[in-house]
Amino acid sequence: MPDSTTPNYHWPPMNDRRVMGKPHTRLDGIQKASGAAKYNSDVKPSGMLFGVLLTCPHAHARVTSIDTSAAENLPGVTAVRVISPAGKELQWAGAEVAAVAATSEETATKAARLIKVEYEQLPFLVREDDLSQAGNRAKPAGEQVTGDPDKAFQEADAVVEGNYGIPVITHCCLESHGQVIAWNGDKIEYWPSTQNVSGIGGDIARALNVPAANIHVHQDHIGGGFGSKFPSDLWGVEAAQLSKMSGGKPVKIFLDRETELLIAGNRPSAYGKIKIAGKKDGSITAWESYTWNTGGLAGGGLAADLFPYVYRKVPNRRINHTAISTNTGSARAWRAPNHPQASYLTCSAMEDLAAKLNLDPLDVFIKNADLTMRADAYRAQLQKGAEIIGWKKNWHPRGEGGSGPVKRGLGLAVGTWGGAGHASKCLATIHPDGSVEVELGSQDLGTGARTIIAMVAAETLGLPVSAINVKIGDNSYPPSGASGGSTTSGGVSASTRKATVNALEKLYAAVAPGLGTTPDKLQAVDRRIVVQGDTSKSLTWEAACRKLGTNKISETGENNPRTAEREGLTTGGVAGVQMADVSVDTETGLVKMNRLVAVHDCGLIINPKTAESQIFGACIMSICSALFEERIADQQIGRVLNPDMEFYKLAGLMDIGEIIVHLDINAENDHRGVIGLGEPPAIPGDAAIGNAVANAIGVRVPHLPLTADRVLAALASKGGNA
Amino acid sequence: MSDKKESEQVKKSKENFSRRGFLKGVSISGGVLSTGILETEAQAETQAKVEGPGPVPVTLNVNGKTHKLDLEPRTTLCDALRNRLEYTASKRVCDRGTCGACTVIVNGKAVYACTTLAIDAQGKHIETLEGFSTPAHPHAVTKAFVENDAQQCGYCTPGFVVAAKAFLDHNPNPTEADLKNGLGGNLCRCGTYVGVRKAVLQAAKEMKSAKLAKGAVHA
Repeated sequence: MPDSTTPNYHWPPMNDRRVMGKPHTRLDGIQKASGAAKYNSDVKPSGMLFGVLLTCPHAHARVTSIDTSAAENLPGVTAVRVISPAGKELQWAGAEVAAVAATSEETATKAARLIKVEYEQLPFLVREDDLSQAGNRAKPAGEQVTGDPDKAFQEADAVVEGNYGIPVITHCCLESHGQVIAWNGDKIEYWPSTQNVSGIGGDIARALNVPAANIHVHQDHIGGGFGSKFPSDLWGVEAAQLSKMSGGKPVKIFLDRETELLIAGNRPSAYGKIKIAGKKDGSITAWESYTWNTGGLAGGGLAADLFPYVYRKVPNRRINHTAISTNTGSARAWRAPNHPQASYLTCSAMEDLAAKLNLDPLDVFIKNADLTMRADAYRAQLQKGAEIIGWKKNWHPRGEGGSGPVKRGLGLAVGTWGGAGHASKCLATIHPDGSVEVELGSQDLGTGARTIIAMVAAETLGLPVSAINVKIGDNSYPPSGASGGSTTSGGVSASTRKATVNALEKLYAAVAPGLGTTPDKLQAVDRRIVVQGDTSKSLTWEAACRKLGTNKISETGENNPRTAEREGLTTGGVAGVQMADVSVDTETGLVKMNRLVAVHDCGLIINPKTAESQIFGACIMSICSALFEERIADQQIGRVLNPDMEFYKLAGLMDIGEIIVHLDINAENDHRGVIGLGEPPAIPGDAAIGNAVANAIGVRVPHLPLTADRVLAALASKGGNA
Repeated sequence: MSDKKESEQVKKSKENFSRRGFLKGVSISGGVLSTGILETEAQAETQAKVEGPGPVPVTLNVNGKTHKLDLEPRTTLCDALRNRLEYTASKRVCDRGTCGACTVIVNGKAVYACTTLAIDAQGKHIETLEGFSTPAHPHAVTKAFVENDAQQCGYCTPGFVVAAKAFLDHNPNPTEADLKNGLGGNLCRCGTYVGVRKAVLQAAKEMKSAKLAKGAVHA
């Protein structure tokens, strides 16, 4: 076969697939559900020491003195590190001050408490919901004007102005951030909880000033990340130093829950004063937004050009955004960064406009679809969602949610995301005994990445999924991108496809002469290599592999995001619509989910089972943030009041109602190649639920989460006129 | 928090100050209600119970195996299982009795291992997930979790499986409403509840039919 020939990497036609597109249980499911799966917080290499951080109790302070002698003298303590020496200014409660390693966790905890630190407290700001209190901590980004918004507002049939807000919420990964790490001589063995197996070694190598090649990263399973687990972090670096000081013994530091919620990442808030105008027929003519938010000391990060969200082409717009620097732990990427917030602010204002115009918001969202970048997709999805939830039958004008104290309402919202595959390299090996390995320096966040890799390899090689040995979670495998932005499914499936196609071509070349044919006439199907059009000539997979003698085949395949779209294996760009059905008790203020309908387009779906789970999960996360989650900071004391799982609330089994997922699996979408599904369904839920509550009770509850006190306050503000 | 998971600690302290215990103390003093004697009794009782703060010998019976450990009395059962032994299915997540990721079964009841002291678990039968389910021999609840994709990152899963097993042992015929309440003491961050509901109902059926089949063999 001439080298210049590019093999055909295209996905097999939809109807010819035997493995891809069929539901498959996740490969590591049995390990996880029997407790046998070892996460890095479960790892306990011989001689392991326990590390504990001492953190700053103040929102803003300067260390004036630090005395570690009592900790150092405590029997069992092997190393003490001062992270913030005298003179160091600390900008949020929870900032790292010192770290201790000891032979037991109890001893390390005790030693950390024996460290005497004195602070000079400095002025702080920990709340940003009231822009007028932000003073010089507020940094306006400047105004963007398109068209003539003033004229458009003047000429409009209706104008509504509203305040909306989403507080900071935290990732609250169940496995906290941390690692076990052993720095022994030149080599560092590193077991982090990470979304970035291939990249995190280089990250910590820079911080420790050692060659990246000396860092060996291991991770079989990760207990949640959601965007917060990319870097090695200060606690990783400190754990490495403690290990070195303790003679190379492994040191484990995983953050306690309080520290996890304070400093290991959060989703930035979003507040806004929004004015929107429209004509009687529902068409939107003008938009004005003054938004502000915080992501910690660095300020906001809510891109002004996300507004108005999805309905980007509103002809007349005035957009302002102000970032507020606060003395709180820093924001990190959070499942669809900025999109849920932008969706909430935009779709809430659109619902309020529809109510003012006495129109059904479904009609308004459909009517204005041409203002989006994918009008046909949104129109179709809005109609599909409406059909599933019975919108036309169940929707009522705002506030007509029934005569009793419990009111029912419907709400909807939209979202959009990219989701094309990241850079990824796969090494596929076919052994003479017929066994197959695929190796990627990737990770499975619980999305089912491990399973789709095996499914792609099995599809390509004509083997069952069980015949594929998937090796991920080790940075000695070929590099794969970090798992963020819904890029993993596209990346690893494309690289695995190409690597296995390349390996199969080599196998064909090895067996073609014996079958009296040429490699291009061969096909791998049902554990056999067969000659196309001549069923009498074939070899079993094992017999074909035996022809390799003692030589295994090892071939790589690579997904390059720059050329991926042309190759057709992975692309990006999806739309999504969610519709909520809620009941609100106007006497108690309690909101109950009845149904959440999620309609999403997608690309080629490799495993419908785990794809559906992703959407269920994203919907439940949205229920959490719409109804329960809020990081509550107190400006009097500068502390977060609820850094625990008792008062930082997540939804439980009884809180979610019924969730109905509709994925647009069809030939047209399939043709687009693989598109990641992690973020898209995590976007519209907040706004859909907020709108459903407004529809039920007749007034807007401006700020999430929709807790009983906020619902009652909103009702009271309208004189209880639900 | 589910009342099934009332912290073992709380129960233990209730036992310590029970009416029967008080009456027993009185009877030892020969029925003479002398304040002095009662105080001495109480003191002796207290002194005998002081342990720690340094490590003390603790014996734990986990999955039928006896483990002798030296633990500070403040060590939780969760930390003893994870840090001193090899039972890592019990995950430490909230560390204060809210999320259920650490759930184990003590004398047949699901408890939060993070709010149970290891010394209080002595003399009791402690069951972790590893004790009744392995990849080679998965329990019906484990199988149902896998088939219904009731897990994503999987960190809450062992706690959920243990809680579900204990729940089904006590409630073999649950309605969906029963299980929503009965398993309300476990939290998941990835959002796997849709699968969990299906899995627990499926496991209930399978456990029941397995019991019937067993009954038929014995008959």
